[in-house]
Amino acid sequence: MRSRLNTLFDALLPVFATLAALGVGMIMLLILRVSPLEAYGALWEGAFGSTNAVAETLVKATPLLLVGLGICIAFRANVINIGGEGQMIVGGILATQIGLTFTEAPGWLIIILAMIAGFIGGAIWGGIPGILKAYFRVNEILSTVMMNAIAVQLMNYLLRGPMIDPTQLEKASKIPQTARLVESFRLLRWAPTRLHIGFVIALVLAILVYILLWRTTLGYRIRAVGQNPHASRYGGIRVRRRMVTALLLSGAFAGLAGAIQVYGVNYRMITDGSASGFTGAAGFNGIVAALFGQLHPIGTIPASIFFGALLVGANKMQRVVQIPSALITALNGLVVVFVVSSEIWRRRRQRQRLAFARAAEKDDAPPPSEINPSAEEASTS
Amino acid sequence: MSDNKLPSGHTRIDTLEMRGITKRFPGVLANNKVDFDVRAGEVHALLGENGAGKSTLMKVLYGLYGQDEGEIVLNGKNIKIESPTDAINHGIGMIHQHFMLVETLTVAENVALGMPSSRGFLTDLDRVSKRIIELGKIYGLEIDPSAYIWQLSVGQQQRVEIIKALYRGAALLILDEPTAVLTPQEVKEFFVIMRQMVSDGHALIFISHKLHEIMDICDRVTVLRDGELIGTKIIAEITKSELANWMVGREVSMTRELADIERGPARLEMININCNSNRGTPAVRNFSLNVHSGEILGVAGISGNGQKELAEAITGLREITSGSVVLEGEDITNHLPGEVTERMLSYIPEERMRDGMIKDFSIAENMILREHHKTPFAENGFLMLKTIAKHSDDLIDKFRVKTPSRETKAGSLSGGNIQKVVLAREISRQPRVLIAAQPTRGLDVGATEYVHAQLLKQRENGTAIMMISEDLDEVMAVSDRIAVICEGELIGIVPRDEATPERLGLMMAGVREEEGVQTA
Repeated sequence: MRSRLNTLFDALLPVFATLAALGVGMIMLLILRVSPLEAYGALWEGAFGSTNAVAETLVKATPLLLVGLGICIAFRANVINIGGEGQMIVGGILATQIGLTFTEAPGWLIIILAMIAGFIGGAIWGGIPGILKAYFRVNEILSTVMMNAIAVQLMNYLLRGPMIDPTQLEKASKIPQTARLVESFRLLRWAPTRLHIGFVIALVLAILVYILLWRTTLGYRIRAVGQNPHASRYGGIRVRRRMVTALLLSGAFAGLAGAIQVYGVNYRMITDGSASGFTGAAGFNGIVAALFGQLHPIGTIPASIFFGALLVGANKMQRVVQIPSALITALNGLVVVFVVSSEIWRRRRQRQRLAFARAAEKDDAPPPSEINPSAEEASTS
Repeated sequence: MSDNKLPSGHTRIDTLEMRGITKRFPGVLANNKVDFDVRAGEVHALLGENGAGKSTLMKVLYGLYGQDEGEIVLNGKNIKIESPTDAINHGIGMIHQHFMLVETLTVAENVALGMPSSRGFLTDLDRVSKRIIELGKIYGLEIDPSAYIWQLSVGQQQRVEIIKALYRGAALLILDEPTAVLTPQEVKEFFVIMRQMVSDGHALIFISHKLHEIMDICDRVTVLRDGELIGTKIIAEITKSELANWMVGREVSMTRELADIERGPARLEMININCNSNRGTPAVRNFSLNVHSGEILGVAGISGNGQKELAEAITGLREITSGSVVLEGEDITNHLPGEVTERMLSYIPEERMRDGMIKDFSIAENMILREHHKTPFAENGFLMLKTIAKHSDDLIDKFRVKTPSRETKAGSLSGGNIQKVVLAREISRQPRVLIAAQPTRGLDVGATEYVHAQLLKQRENGTAIMMISEDLDEVMAVSDRIAVICEGELIGIVPRDEATPERLGLMMAGVREEEGVQTA
């Protein structure tokens, strides 16, 4: 009974953390002389108030979920992928090129090919840091971030030169964007909203990632490597290869997110010079969504929708109560900080419970205060 | 020196009594109305199997746990101990089994750690160092205060722990399995220090599984079983086997019968193996040895003489720089660990928590660590969860692993049960060759008996077993032949009936016997 209560509490912890963050946000709103009730009302209205609002929320949630799925895989293998942005971009570029090259082909074929291209593009962009980490001990946090910068510049170069929309070449403005995709290449859409089939694809993939991680030998290996590389090696697992696999898959899901962003939402690639101009920072926010979902692919689904809602609702809130956009960013940040902290707290509680149970059974467990704090780093990072 | 002062200058603890201590954990009664007392000038042993409640009782005394019932009386006065700080202020110190030292700091820095400086914001390490040297002289604990912990041997680190406690004014010391990490030579030195402290008027509580040590060094012994006090006796009035029976609650046999079976052909051949330690220095040198079907070959040696590296070299976990390993006629030198496993070599690693188990995996998942990719546990890359569940239930049952369920995380099991899981996994594969490193380290008498029985059963099945152990009693009890390793070299091989502790002890120290060394 007690343990069930504990489990329930743990599951609801992110919700409590969110409420606490909104509580702090309330103070900020009051300082700005804005009614928190009105502001949060607008937030809710913006995220879920109408069919269109819900659709927009899900549109925003889609790339978060896809990136988050990849993060689940990477973090389970104890490799950190901060390169979601770059992987999305490269996936997007490859997928776009497919659609621009074969304009005469049937739509279903191009869509499938484009998704595969996005998947592969992201896999390459994630796989490179993976290989660098596994075989040359290059810190993957650094290398994935660097790969983001490279991807942005690659995109800027391609969209200004080789891939630029031919009609833009004739104009003086020369907007760095590709031509629009042929209508038949666009993902199925639930008109009149912008909600597209990509969200359903992401949901299906979430289930597949769950199966991958807990029902296949590859998933077993990836998790084993993340938990204990020594014992994994002893168990005959090729630790370095599995690290590469994890980063590769992680990148692939981000790449797919990029492809779906092009084929489901923008129908072209366009750059404002930064990564988030294309990705909407989903490459980073996906990490938060995955952590919020406790690195569980199924848990990442509501987490992504939650952050999608926050993004969409915040826009509305900004418009309705007239607050600076910086506050929206701050509010998002608050939620992230509270959720991540609550996660650490949850883990400490879990460890204490474990130590307590062990002390009861075995009698020579260290008291909770002496448990190695590095265990926590090992499982988070 | 006045009557109630110790040489360290602190007040003596003449008597300390714990009366009717009861400690409950959810669902478990760890201590039930336990009485325990210790006096100045004695070593009082606290004996019991894993889970008997020894550590709980001592953690109550040291202020790590609060008792639910009972009282603590010091020199006739009722006292409350609510934290280790309280305990230290009352003159109670504890030496933990796992040292609480910062490796990258010096001895003096470690001793000073957590203590207020006599100079306020400035450090007073020079004064601390002076005091360390002073204490060292009094108690025979000589140590260089400016040495870094990582430079010290395990035995020296233990001295630092003792000095730390003495520095803080400990008159009563709780020693939690202090000899578990020491070599036989270090144990002797440690006992000398213990005797010195006792004759100076300290009170010592000695927690151990090792009966012969208790017989050697202690004055009285208190036995706990399942949280209950079984009784307290004067050591001179009890024999070793009585003590063992008392602790376990039934007859325990200290010797093992080896079934009379024919030794088969050599299954594992080590030919001039060389490999390096983690630091890159040679760890195993020109090591040649054969292990035959149906024998247990004991490998005896003092800790850190290349045993671990040898086992890892054979199992593919460590690179062999020259020489070769042949498993049933096939060269497996520097093959991947997975390939070696595939040839039905099983390995029970010394540090099973680190090398043989995944703490956050369930027991069921740990049970398939070696075979997770093979039929019947996996088909076409998918895990067969039902088969895995049944397999692990079978093994939990057969090897009597105490666990709430197969889904329990391995990390929450006790040491003995973790070893059972590893043993179950490695033996259930029906290996051709089994390498068991320190298979009973940290296990109580009952669990040790069980592990030995399993090894003997494997021997009868014809498995070639190499058992690496630092426990001479164990090596002599279950081995057909005993190979002695020192500084990574094979010193010699002694058959079971010619082995004596003295002879093996000399060889463990590196003394070769020019004649009578048998090769096989």
